[in-house]
Amino acid sequence: MAVRRSIAGIDSPEALAEALRAAQYLADEGLATAAYLALALGKPLLLEGAPGVGKTEAAKALAAVLGRELVRLQAYEGLDASAAMYEWNFPRQMLAIRQMGDAYVNLYADDFLIARPMLLALQRPRERLLLIDEIDRSDHEFEAFLLEFLSDFSLSIPERGTIRAAEPPVVVLTSNRTRELHEALRRRCVYHWIGYPDPQLEAQIVMMRASAVARDTAHRVVAAVGKLRAEPLAKPPGVAETVEWAEAATLLNAQGAPWPAAFARAIGVVLKDQDDLMFIAPRLDRILEGRA
Amino acid sequence: MTPRALDPFLAFPRALRAEGFLAAPSQAESFLSAVGLLGPRSIRDVRRAAHAIFGPGPDRRQAFDDLFDMIFLGRAFLIPGEATSEETPRAFDAGDTEEMLPPDEEDPSGREASRRERLFARSFGVVDEAALLSAFARALSGALPRRRSRRLQAARQGVADPRRALRDMARRDGEILRLQVRRRRMRQRRVLTLIDVSGSMKGGTDAALRIAHAIIRTAERAEAFTLSTRLTRVTRALRRRNREQALALASGLVADWDGGTRLGEALSVFLSVPRFAGFARGAVVIIVSDGLERGGPEALIAAMTRLRSLAWRIIWLSPLAADPAYRPETGAMRAILPLIDRLEAGGDLEAMAGALVGEAALRRAGTFR
Repeated sequence: MAVRRSIAGIDSPEALAEALRAAQYLADEGLATAAYLALALGKPLLLEGAPGVGKTEAAKALAAVLGRELVRLQAYEGLDASAAMYEWNFPRQMLAIRQMGDAYVNLYADDFLIARPMLLALQRPRERLLLIDEIDRSDHEFEAFLLEFLSDFSLSIPERGTIRAAEPPVVVLTSNRTRELHEALRRRCVYHWIGYPDPQLEAQIVMMRASAVARDTAHRVVAAVGKLRAEPLAKPPGVAETVEWAEAATLLNAQGAPWPAAFARAIGVVLKDQDDLMFIAPRLDRILEGRA
Repeated sequence: MTPRALDPFLAFPRALRAEGFLAAPSQAESFLSAVGLLGPRSIRDVRRAAHAIFGPGPDRRQAFDDLFDMIFLGRAFLIPGEATSEETPRAFDAGDTEEMLPPDEEDPSGREASRRERLFARSFGVVDEAALLSAFARALSGALPRRRSRRLQAARQGVADPRRALRDMARRDGEILRLQVRRRRMRQRRVLTLIDVSGSMKGGTDAALRIAHAIIRTAERAEAFTLSTRLTRVTRALRRRNREQALALASGLVADWDGGTRLGEALSVFLSVPRFAGFARGAVVIIVSDGLERGGPEALIAAMTRLRSLAWRIIWLSPLAADPAYRPETGAMRAILPLIDRLEAGGDLEAMAGALVGEAALRRAGTFR
């Protein structure tokens, strides 16, 4: 196993956390450790967590820290090799056959190969970061098919043979945990469960992401969201919702709405489910009163 | 690091494995590398490395940390809730030992009689059971949900198959004579039938087994289990073509007819056997039960949540739901209602067959009245 202690000048979880902070992402210790180990051990990083806790953001920040281009592959049921790996440019191949007449033409040259995200990541492992987003949406067959890629970082193209990465590319997988991932997949990855951040950290995130929001507003929003998450909701608000709520309430307040009313009127950016809204409506005043 | 200091690092993955966590040899190796990378300056670094490499899910984090404390800090702990009393459900699979068929005998329990009685009371005609079951089997193959396989196959209609077209072209000197097309193949989803055979379900289990037999004979990939105080795999028995033989064989395997209901625990036993749980992945799960649970609903809710994350659809057939006035009132049933896709009436053979394939489709497939 190739172990690299330092990647792009980052030689410890603390250094990575610091660099992520500079890239506008506040990572807790567990995430920084898992991400650092994934980089150092050359393994994929699997991030699981509820929707809206910043899994995709983490991958984007990591790409920014490493100075790499983010190649994103959104998983969905029915995702297949031609969308994920590579495809032959058939119209061009056919044209080439016609144009060349009797001359020799290599139909499987690079000119005719269209690289898709997984191949893109293998071709330039030092310049790209592959994000396979919401892997739980894909079907099991795609998951099985990822196994070869994630353990050897190689792809087989029948006409060309096996393409191997010069060094392990950085791969981040995210999952909302709508279904359990296969153990063989989890085994190959460094894992981190992103939970909801603690109130202190979340308030910092709100202030960092939404610069117009006052300190006091940020803390009130975080306290209210914390109470909302304790309620039995179909869809508890994520961090992204917290930030949006703070921004929306600040906007309404600037237009003259008093504070608690501004929060209450902007509730639509936090709760996006009719049943949840009906359930929370009578309790909303109690949730909004008081500070953290 | 002296070999002796290395001991806990080797013992930890073993202990994890013993407790049912995921800890492959390659992960154990990564764990050692990770600890080396992090310093380690303190036991915290070791714990962080363990979390990142072995990745316990949020629900088992506490057990993982307890195990960690035991191995690395020498702290004792108790494994919660692992009582090994006689009552704990166990998994039972007869394997391939085909047993002798018991002789045909009259059922002294009167189960058959009471079932017929109910059937008669509800429907407006006498139902020809054999005709109903064969109509069900005919309608089933069309009604079973299919999923699109990743495999493409040549077809008459579909999207262009450039790879084949190109090969064809190269062979024919660059001429296209016929456009080659292909499409994604369709596969049947797996069907998993779980039948509650506890005392409260008495009278409905025979019909449920008949339905399961028809499913197993028809579907490409299907499994059936009975649940009560223990879990029994009856798939192999129900594979027989002759219905009565298959049912007799299956009944012989089930040792806990009319026992107490421990649905939650039997389900968690089902889920804890990887071979069984793997079958539920992406499958249509049919549960035949009244949902009456002895004891608290927690185990059932936990097991259903887990099953939900594996299964594609969960269909619950309850004999109680046949009553139009039925509302899921028990704590367990109310809690798992959002986890299931359909709650249908499952009082008798006709209701079950109708719920699974649709009544119209069932009538189209044959006359049974």
